[in-house]
Amino acid sequence: MTVEIARHKERPRTRDYIHYLIDGFEELKGDRLRADDPAIVGGLGWFRGRAVLVVGHQKGRTLDEQTVHNFGMARPEGYRKAQRLFKLAERHGLPVLTFVDTPGAYPGIAAEEGGQARAIAETMLRMARLTVPVIATIIGEGGSGGALALAVADRVLMLENATYSVITPEGCAAILWRDAAFAPQAAEALRPTASQLLELGAIEKIVAEPRGGAHHHPETAAQRLGEALAETLAELDQIAPQQRRRQRRERFRRLGRWSDPEQPPGSMSLFGGYSTTLE
Amino acid sequence: MNVTLEIERRDNGPAKPEWACPSCHEGARNREVRDNLMVCPHCSHHLRIGARERIRQLTDEGTFRELWTMVATLDPLDFTDIESYPERLRAAKAKTGLSEAIVTGAASIDGTPCVLAVMDFGFMGGSMGSVVGEKLWRSAELAAGEDLPLVAVCSSGGARMQEGILSLMQMAKTSCAVDLINEATSPFVAVLVDPCTGGVVASFATLADVCIAEPGALLSFSGPRVIAETTREALPEGFGSAERNLNLGHLDAVVARKDLRERVGNYLRLLGGGEEPDRGEGSEAPAGRTGRLAQATLERARTLAAHARRSLVGGDRQDPGAAEEPPAREPAP
Repeated sequence: MTVEIARHKERPRTRDYIHYLIDGFEELKGDRLRADDPAIVGGLGWFRGRAVLVVGHQKGRTLDEQTVHNFGMARPEGYRKAQRLFKLAERHGLPVLTFVDTPGAYPGIAAEEGGQARAIAETMLRMARLTVPVIATIIGEGGSGGALALAVADRVLMLENATYSVITPEGCAAILWRDAAFAPQAAEALRPTASQLLELGAIEKIVAEPRGGAHHHPETAAQRLGEALAETLAELDQIAPQQRRRQRRERFRRLGRWSDPEQPPGSMSLFGGYSTTLE
Repeated sequence: MNVTLEIERRDNGPAKPEWACPSCHEGARNREVRDNLMVCPHCSHHLRIGARERIRQLTDEGTFRELWTMVATLDPLDFTDIESYPERLRAAKAKTGLSEAIVTGAASIDGTPCVLAVMDFGFMGGSMGSVVGEKLWRSAELAAGEDLPLVAVCSSGGARMQEGILSLMQMAKTSCAVDLINEATSPFVAVLVDPCTGGVVASFATLADVCIAEPGALLSFSGPRVIAETTREALPEGFGSAERNLNLGHLDAVVARKDLRERVGNYLRLLGGGEEPDRGEGSEAPAGRTGRLAQATLERARTLAAHARRSLVGGDRQDPGAAEEPPAREPAP
């Protein structure tokens, strides 16, 4: 099944990539409102000699770690911490690197009543507004809105065996097939693999993993990701700050498939956008 | 149904009511419920209504001009579960008479011209796919470009799973649309109606300048069933209701359906730097106002629709007939 490697418990987590790729990492905690959510880690550090902001979901590996990090399922506090850190990066002109690895936002009562929906929405809007370069990488499981909240980026990279989907195969099967046992069929139908997402335009680049998956050789996986990040960052440095924000908006505007005989592909609308019929 | 009871009723009891409230079970005549804006005359339970009925209730009579009717849904993933996606779409179209889960256009609300986007829960659970995202984007773009407010009536079960990752991307796309409208400082008012959950409530719906809901509407990111199954926590009384959300600080107000037009109109005037309306004695109710303001609004909405149509046919090519052309008539709800 497609999600097995993405969910492998030995798979490198955000902290592993920080360990291999970021020098002198200084973790910054807390949402400045009420709590610190260990399901999202963030902080400053040096990426190839350049100061950057890193924000990512943290799943943990042992059962104890997983419990502490709530299996990477963030609460509103986590998303608010991310928002605060994005603002910090914007103020000081630091590029933003995010790592996505979550089954989804935490569906608990306290999370809901603490404003989970708005927290996710606000995080996306905050990312959309950034003028600094933003690169997101799907490193393991990219689960729904909880994942996307950290992936409104100029470029989205994805590890070869990671998955990224609107809903878990189990959840999709339970709703559409009315039976979670149809998860394998749902996983197939949702097309959540890196190569399928590249085809749909949802990601820009696939980062190859060591044979058998990133967990067989985390250092190699991290090194390859480092190369891809450096290359992408150099590309984004060529774009003027306000232009980056506009182009990021355009990137998401183009995502989707529809037809419109009144507005053929490539024609410019009166209001500054381009028709993007992709058929 | 108890057969004896049924016979008894037919023979002696009062006639079986035409309509029974799903909440308080009191009966009423269909007409009575319709005249009450599809709200129970006894307990004020707000029934779900479709996009056409919503537009009829919310906008000033005859001012709505639908836009982007030709934007059509595709099946990018060739998705099939128990039924294929095109089959499900066909059924939804037949059931609602709509082409998608959103209807967009220009209108005037209580005398203020605006861009209006109305979702319809009846169309595949109001799920947000590429077309919903694109029409919302165009609405925001039109509002930003024309310095008009945007009003969105949101009702949705979440993302359109049949479009896979592309449906998830609509959350980001519509959030980017809010960035566009914020940058242009056009006011944005969202009305959340039952039910409003999943990707819609976690994107543009809760990013509005003013965010209100109808009484009793269910508003949550994860549905109550998912929460109960995943966390095994007991749900508190009234979980996810508009009223509870208001107390938790997630809404600006809970507004009864009969007050929506006036309240939304007021937000638009307050945020848009408009003038305080004359509500002195003897002035007509907002719905029937035919003063200069309403007239100007109507003109504006007409020009706007013509303008948008022209831009869709071919860039800024002039079409001399477009402004005079009679506006497309809103089909009866």
